[in-house]
Amino acid sequence: MDIYLPIAGLSVNMLVIVGMGVVVGLLSGLFGVGGGFLTTPLLIFYGIPPAVAVASASTQVTGASVSGVFAHMRRGGVDFRMGAVLVVGGILGAGLGAVLFRLLQASGQIDTVIGLIYVLLLGTIGGMMANESIRAILAIRRGQAPRHGMRRHNPLIAALPMRWRFYRSGLYISPLAPLLLGIATGVLTVLLGVGGGFVIVPAMIYLLGMATSVVVGTSLFQILFVTAATTMIHATTTRAVDIVLGMLLLLGSVTGAQIGAHFAQRIKPEWLRLMLALIVLAVALRMALGLGWRPEEIYTVQPA
Amino acid sequence: MRARAIALIAPLLIGAAPSPELVPDVSERAIEIRYSFTGAELLLFGAIVYPGGRRPREQVDIAVVLKGPTESIVLREKRKVAGIWVNADSTRFRSAPGYYAVASSRPIREMIDDRTAAIYELGLDNIQMSPASGAEIGDQRRFQAGLVDLRRRTGLYLEDPRGVEISEGVLYRARIRIPARVPVGKYTAETFLIEDGQVVAAAVRPVDIDKSGFERFVTIAAQRWSVVYGLSAVAMSLVLGWAGAALFRRRGT
Repeated sequence: MDIYLPIAGLSVNMLVIVGMGVVVGLLSGLFGVGGGFLTTPLLIFYGIPPAVAVASASTQVTGASVSGVFAHMRRGGVDFRMGAVLVVGGILGAGLGAVLFRLLQASGQIDTVIGLIYVLLLGTIGGMMANESIRAILAIRRGQAPRHGMRRHNPLIAALPMRWRFYRSGLYISPLAPLLLGIATGVLTVLLGVGGGFVIVPAMIYLLGMATSVVVGTSLFQILFVTAATTMIHATTTRAVDIVLGMLLLLGSVTGAQIGAHFAQRIKPEWLRLMLALIVLAVALRMALGLGWRPEEIYTVQPA
Repeated sequence: MRARAIALIAPLLIGAAPSPELVPDVSERAIEIRYSFTGAELLLFGAIVYPGGRRPREQVDIAVVLKGPTESIVLREKRKVAGIWVNADSTRFRSAPGYYAVASSRPIREMIDDRTAAIYELGLDNIQMSPASGAEIGDQRRFQAGLVDLRRRTGLYLEDPRGVEISEGVLYRARIRIPARVPVGKYTAETFLIEDGQVVAAAVRPVDIDKSGFERFVTIAAQRWSVVYGLSAVAMSLVLGWAGAALFRRRGT
């Protein structure tokens, strides 16, 4: 079942790509992450040129989150006000990321920087989540009431000026906090080809202290708009969006996302967080080894 | 252009004696890349026409070269710095062919000397890539060897020292494998007739490799109408995502 990808300029096995989509979609529905942190490395590992992998992964994340957003909207799990602030930040960040991307590409260090950011970010967040979720699980075992993450009000965020009420999130905080968070994830979206869910979900829980019932839905809502903007940025600057590749990934991931969203309501949230933490740590470890191992190719070609 | 120059020079190199001629052809003048393209095999064949129809007593040799469009590239080399592999050194080649295949009836070294091989760019070691000036010769060699090795393993560069079959000293044929990730553009199929370590005749045929149908349309759309293309990519993902959600909801309830 080989199919030729017009922009990537090579043939791939259709079933492998659709299969990747299913796995990524499952994660998306389960955890509210776009799954891009898995798609991009998998595509590159399969032999897709990195630029095409990054650009096409964002179309897939858009599609995967749209079905997720619908699923969560039906159970009232999206804080639109919070989401809108995050989207504005995300689009600003995407523009900033595009500039950074070009600078790094010209200096030839983009691959190393991407690798390092992956390892640092995924390692830190994975470790934090694993630690927190294991504590929560142990606490429940001992019969204690599950505690709410860390501190409900982070002093740094409480110090920011202006305060808005975010009813569904159960928060009365400055909109600058989610705006900055949005900018950070926007940069990551362009640079790493990820939706940024693995950053935004922990940040919403631990930094902003949002009600957990709206965290997943709201993060998917933000990812939906920011990845759509990123696709446009890639289509007009790098021209590396492969619509056929994106479609194959999507066919798999819309299916996976629905199954994931269904399961998410049955599994206890602390176990969900532990599972995500372990996957994130595994990807971080793989990337770290990749940086230290002698790469298969010492030479890389870049058109000039 | 260069091929035409060769065709002009070749007779001069052997003096005034009547020289044999080549009548080459290729199995396909145009290779179309479509949705199921997994590579192709090109047959380069033809006949050697000797003056007066007399065949020489000595064995003649044939070398064929299929060469893709050249491009300007930056080649980066990774080195271990502080425990991680990073791009350290880089060099520029102004005319690296995106595809290069050479097949010959005997190993090139046995047919001609190194100088002649270099003039006609016969063999993977003799591709003229115009490295950027300023780099040291040793570095240039190392980079070029690195590029050849990289592309050889992906099937973009290949050398087959026994790939040309000559029957009766008159007809020749060679099969050349083209991988799926081949760059599109204008290719040239060059044929060289070699006698006594000299190139006595050369001929060239063009081959076009291009995307066709839907693949061609997508590539052109992505380049020329990038905003519309981007919008359709976003629309596609929204529609597919929404359709998936709608479908599952109906089935779920």
